[in-house]
Order: sequence, then C-alpha cells, then structure tokens
Amino acid sequence: MSKTAITAEPGIPMIIITREFDAPRDLVFRAHTDPDLLVQWLGPRDLTTTIDRYETRNGGTWRFLQTDAEGNTYGFHGVFHGEPSPDGIVQTFEFEGASGHVCLQTATLAERGGKTLVRTVSAFQSVQDRDAMVASGMERGVHDSGERLAELLARLQAS
Amino acid sequence: MAADQLSLVFGALADPTRRAILTRLAEGEATVAQLAAPFSVSQPAISKHLKVLEHAGLVSRTRRATARLSRLEAGPLREVTTWLARYQRFWDESHERLDDLLAALQAAQEDNGPPEPGGDSEGNHDE
Repeated sequence: MSKTAITAEPGIPMIIITREFDAPRDLVFRAHTDPDLLVQWLGPRDLTTTIDRYETRNGGTWRFLQTDAEGNTYGFHGVFHGEPSPDGIVQTFEFEGASGHVCLQTATLAERGGKTLVRTVSAFQSVQDRDAMVASGMERGVHDSGERLAELLARLQAS
Repeated sequence: MAADQLSLVFGALADPTRRAILTRLAEGEATVAQLAAPFSVSQPAISKHLKVLEHAGLVSRTRRATARLSRLEAGPLREVTTWLARYQRFWDESHERLDDLLAALQAAQEDNGPPEPGGDSEGNHDE
C-alpha cells in the first residue's frame, strides 16, 4: 500500500509530498536533519548515500552523494535557510548534474496522536525544471530494479 | 518520453477546458460542434484547444465524410503516469526505510533509556 502522497499539478512548478510516520515529531525531525540517520533511509536501497558535509543550522550548507550499483555517482547540495526546526526545515536543493536549477524545499512536521505528518513542498524555478527533476533526477537505480532484484536473488541463492 | 514532449503534454493538460475536452473524448470520437456544446466558448476557440492537444499527441483528427472527428490518444497520458510512478517509487522506498529506522530508534530508546525509578521522566534534556 502506498502511503506516500505526491501531488504534481500540471502547469504549476511545485511538488507536494505528504507522509505520516508512526513516531514522535522530535524523532522524525532528527531523522531528517542528523546526517548519520539521513544516510540510512534517503533513496532506494540500491543507492548508497554518503555525506560530504552537513551543517544543520541557519545558513549551513550540505552536500551528499548517491552512488548506484554500477558506480555512477550523483551529487546534490544546498543551503539551510532559517534555523531548521520541526516547524519548518527550509532549504535549497540542487542536483549537480543540472547546476543553476535550484528548488526551494519547505518541510513541516505536525504531530497528532503520537504520529507525525511530514509535508514537503518543493518549489521549482519552472514547470520544465519540475518535470525534468521528476523524469530524470530521482529515477536512477529504480527503473531497472526488477533486474537488480533478480541479480540479488541469484547472489543470495549462490551464497 | 522526451522532456520537451512531456512539457507539451503538461502544458496541454494545464487548461481546464482542454481537460474537459479529453474527458469528453474518453467516451468516444466527437466533432468540434459536439465538443463546443457544453462550453460557453466558440467553435474556433475549441479548435485552438484541439490544435494544442493534437500537438501534444493527446488527440488525433480524422475526416469521415464531411465530419472532422477528434479522437483521444491515451498513450502520452499513460507515459505521464509512468513518469510520476518512478518518482513515487523513489519516495515510497525511502519512506519505508524511514519507517524501519524510526521503529529501530524507538526500540533502542526503550532499551537504553528507561526513566530513572522515581526520577522525573522528562529530566535528561539539559546538558
């Protein structure tokens, strides 16, 4: 069951992602801002995330790299705007393969009944940027996951 | 689908009249007059919308006797759905991993950090 709701309206350069997590708000906030935790979940399992720098503070910069099974590496970087807090994590986000195409992300965390709803609004510079981001920016390692699953199963059976 | 083709499809879908035209065409072929009937816009205006839809590959037009019929081409719409599905999978899998991580962190907190007996349970936050 897909619990992650993604809204991408035609003609509007925005993506809104909402997801509820069964954990208190402070912990969900930590998982989003502590680099040691972030690398453990951001991206599909077949991408390895490594942190180059991560300064969780107003004006702090961050950069991480994602490496796929073939060894292709993709860099992303950005800047925090305002002190990151559960009420708002505001940051720029830029894929290094498309320098100058910057997206502004605002994540808000709302706790209700011990669960936390995370709502992330990404505002792009243009609809074309938004579409390109969705089309190419984050599909790596996912499109041929069926093939990789087969390889993994073969490896598991061999060992 | 090439990125600019995708832009054409999104551009075409950005207009409510064009979306309504596609919805109508999903029921079957129609003439410009039939398409214009539910709207308070002229037939030339509908024709302009059809040109945009045709350019995006969402509509094809055929001539049958004297009537010019428009037909829905669903292929690009299916590709748009696939386009979002990949992005959806990226976040679905990330968020499932985050679910697991949050569960593990909470289990570790329960194992390692039980409140001091008789102490105040919220008291360990000042450094």
